[in-house]
Parts: sequence; C-alpha cells; structure tokens
Amino acid sequence: MKPITSPLSVEDVRSLKLGEIVCISGPVVTGRDEVHIRALEYLDEGKEVPACLKNAVIYHCGPIMRQLDSGKWGVVAAGPTTSARMNSLEPRFIREFGIRAVIGKGGMSQETVDAMKETGCVYLAATGGVAVSYAEGLGISKGCEWEDLGMAEALWMFDVNRLGPLVVAIDADGNSLYSQVNERVSKNRAAKKE
Amino acid sequence: MVVKLPETRQQIVENIIRLANTRLPGDIIWALEAASEWESNPAAASQLGAILENVKKAEVLARPMCQDTGIPIFWVRGRIDPAISADIAAAIENCTRNIPMRPNTVNVISRHNNGNNLGKGMPEIHYIPTSDDFTEIGVMLKGAGSENMTRLKMLNPSDGMAGVKDFIIDSVLDAAGRPCPPGIIGIGIGGTADHCVSMAKEALMEPLDHEEEDDELRQLEEDLFVELNQSGLGPMGLGGDTTVLGVKVRRADCHTASLPVCVNMGCWATRRAYVKITDNEVSYSQGMIL
Repeated sequence: MKPITSPLSVEDVRSLKLGEIVCISGPVVTGRDEVHIRALEYLDEGKEVPACLKNAVIYHCGPIMRQLDSGKWGVVAAGPTTSARMNSLEPRFIREFGIRAVIGKGGMSQETVDAMKETGCVYLAATGGVAVSYAEGLGISKGCEWEDLGMAEALWMFDVNRLGPLVVAIDADGNSLYSQVNERVSKNRAAKKE
Repeated sequence: MVVKLPETRQQIVENIIRLANTRLPGDIIWALEAASEWESNPAAASQLGAILENVKKAEVLARPMCQDTGIPIFWVRGRIDPAISADIAAAIENCTRNIPMRPNTVNVISRHNNGNNLGKGMPEIHYIPTSDDFTEIGVMLKGAGSENMTRLKMLNPSDGMAGVKDFIIDSVLDAAGRPCPPGIIGIGIGGTADHCVSMAKEALMEPLDHEEEDDELRQLEEDLFVELNQSGLGPMGLGGDTTVLGVKVRRADCHTASLPVCVNMGCWATRRAYVKITDNEVSYSQGMIL
C-alpha cells in the first residue's frame, strides 16, 4: 500500500494512478446524504459551513461511535457507504469546497467524475463492510459538527492513521475503473447472449 | 418435565443478534477463503483479503463486522408464544445500546430516528406456527446497500426460464458494486408478488453448503453461479473472478397468467444466526432452512 498524507494538494492528487492501492493518514471527515444536503443548503442561505470541509478528504461513511470514559468519541465500526446516493449533490460539493478525495464504495456518476477532473480530486474505493479494520485507521474522533443529524449522518472529524486499503478507482484525469469494468462486463454479457 | 432454561428468552434473542453481528457464518467464510484461492485479479484478491482480515478482527474484538448493522428480520417457527414479539423488541433495544448497533430505523416520511431501532412495523417478525414442541428463531441483519438493489418483475409466462435467467443476471450486473459483492443472490420464482419477494429473502437464510434437492433449481443455481462469476464484475465491482459466493433459489406455483421473479441480494456480510429452544436445551447455529 502506498502511503499518502492529507491535506492533499492538487499535485498530490494528480500524481495518483488508476488502480493504485493506497492508505491515507491525516485529516479526514465523514459525510453522507445529510451532510451534503445541509452544506449546500447553508451555502445557498449564506450560513456558515464548518471550515473542516475546505479542501477536505471526505469519507462516505456512517460510523458506529461510542463515547469513551474520557468523554471523547471512539469508532466501533466504520466501513464505506454507497457513494451513488450522493451522485446528485457531489459534483457541486466538490467544486464548492475544493474536495481533494472522496472515499466510498461503488463509484460515482460521470458528472462527478467530470467535477473531479476539473478541480483535481480522486475517488478512493474502500472495501465495503470492512468496518472493524477501517475503524482502527480512524481511531478517536477529533470533533463533530451537525450532531443533530444523528450518529450515522453527522460530520465526524478524524486524524486518521494509515486508513486503508483504498483503491484509486477514479483518478483526477477522469479515468474510472468502474467504467472500464462496466465495459468488460457488458462485452462478456453480450458475448453470452449471442 | 419442564427444566428452567439458564437464560431468559430475551437474552437468547440478544445472543443470536450478537452472534450474527460479530461472527460471519462458517459457510460464507469458507466460500470467501475458496474465492481468494481462485481469484486471479490482484486488486480483487486484495479486497477479499481485507474482508477476511476484517471478519477475524470482528470476531476477536466482538464488534459488528459492518457498521451497517441493518434492519434485523426475524423468523419464529414452531411452538409460538405471542409474547415473543415483546422479547424481540426488548432484545433489539438492548443490543442497539450494548453491542452497539447503529440506530438505523427511521420514520419513513419524517425520517426521524428514535435511536433504538424500534418503531412502526418494527421489529419485522415472520411467524411460522407448527405443531412441534420447540421454537426456532432465525435472524438476519439486512443492510441497505444490498436491500436497495432488490428487484421484482412480473414476467410474461412466454418469457420462460430464459427470461427469468436474463432478468436475474441483469439485476445483479446492474447493481454492480453497490450491494457489496461478492455476496449471495436470493431468488424467488412464482407465487404472487409478495410471496415471491419473501422467498427471495428467505433463500438468503439457507447455508451455502446446504444442497438444493430440486434438480431444476439446483441446475439453475449452478448455471447462474458460473455465469455471474464469469461476468468480470468482481469484488466491490472493481473487477475480478469473484462476483457471487452463492445463488439460492426458491419456487412456488403461480397463476397460469403470471411469472413473478424476485432478486434479493445479500452482501458478503450476509449476517444470520439461529437458535432452537426446547424445554431443556438451547442450541445455536448460523443458518435456517425456511
């Protein structure tokens, strides 16, 4: 696994190659449906959005958290959620906040791939369901915004340590492993049907 | 003679919820291990390796293997005491707090979350009364990633079994990486619409090493298994030789003008557990033939 460190620069991101397996250290925030909806709503309404979103690495994840005796929140389980649910919001989210990497599962729409290429952002595929291993990488939360959204939907902040394995599944040049696989699958399927 | 069981029924239900959350059924572990032996794509092999490592950690640390602890679905079969629904509800509430499980259950319209995985129509319990003198309880923790990919189609009888097969394969391949492959494909053929969906879900409770007795269904399962694994979709839809760990089909007779087919997928973490309670014995396992 190739180690990378956030915050990521555009150059860092553009140097990542499709199919490369990496692990990440440094600041990462969680955000899924509700974080995307609220962040864009707040922008429209001129309200303040948490600073941690700027040039962030966002993890599509709704973790199970547990409050420790110290009062801090530790992660019990935290695998990726299905990124496609954020397809309608992610392109604007990436452009507005200068997101450098999206961690999730299942890939994203062509509109999102286009936004990634335009601004310099990659999609890192986490292995679905691998919640205990990723929880180890996340560790103890550094804080939480929008707690009212609930445990799974809140914006949790982490300083992660070698979170991985993550596959570079959409690179900053607009190449997508999912499109390549999809093409191969369609070809195999068509050959069978003949 | 009635011997008092060492644990209350609520505690026994909590035990199976915990078992399902923290230990992947042995038949699925075996299938994952076999897949990682034959997988020729290195990226796919890394996904399978990450899954198997996670499964081990979850069991050792007694943690939920996946953060989507799902919606718990129960089947209660045999001698049924109606009070069991209250025991199951109390067990879910306790497990949500103590394992812990993620509070997933929300009001469908307001999206309000009670925080305890209970609410209107929950828990979901299917009762199968029989004249046996024991009670069997099965639980499956069904995550949304796989459940959201469910498809039901009322085909025309003229579409025949070729149409059924096409629909199943298209459903799995269109779902791509979203239901966390490699998983189990549960299929219902026949019945009425709701029965067809139930059969597809029930098929996922069956251990992979339980061989189908119906020759036609067994052949269909084998054909689909081979064809889906030749698709190239692979673990997490990232490419590879391992797209499904198993295919399980159930069938029922249907109206002469209908041909219903339902696909209900299980992710690699198809979490199930089972307990049989007699008057003096409690025995656990991780599958149930429904």
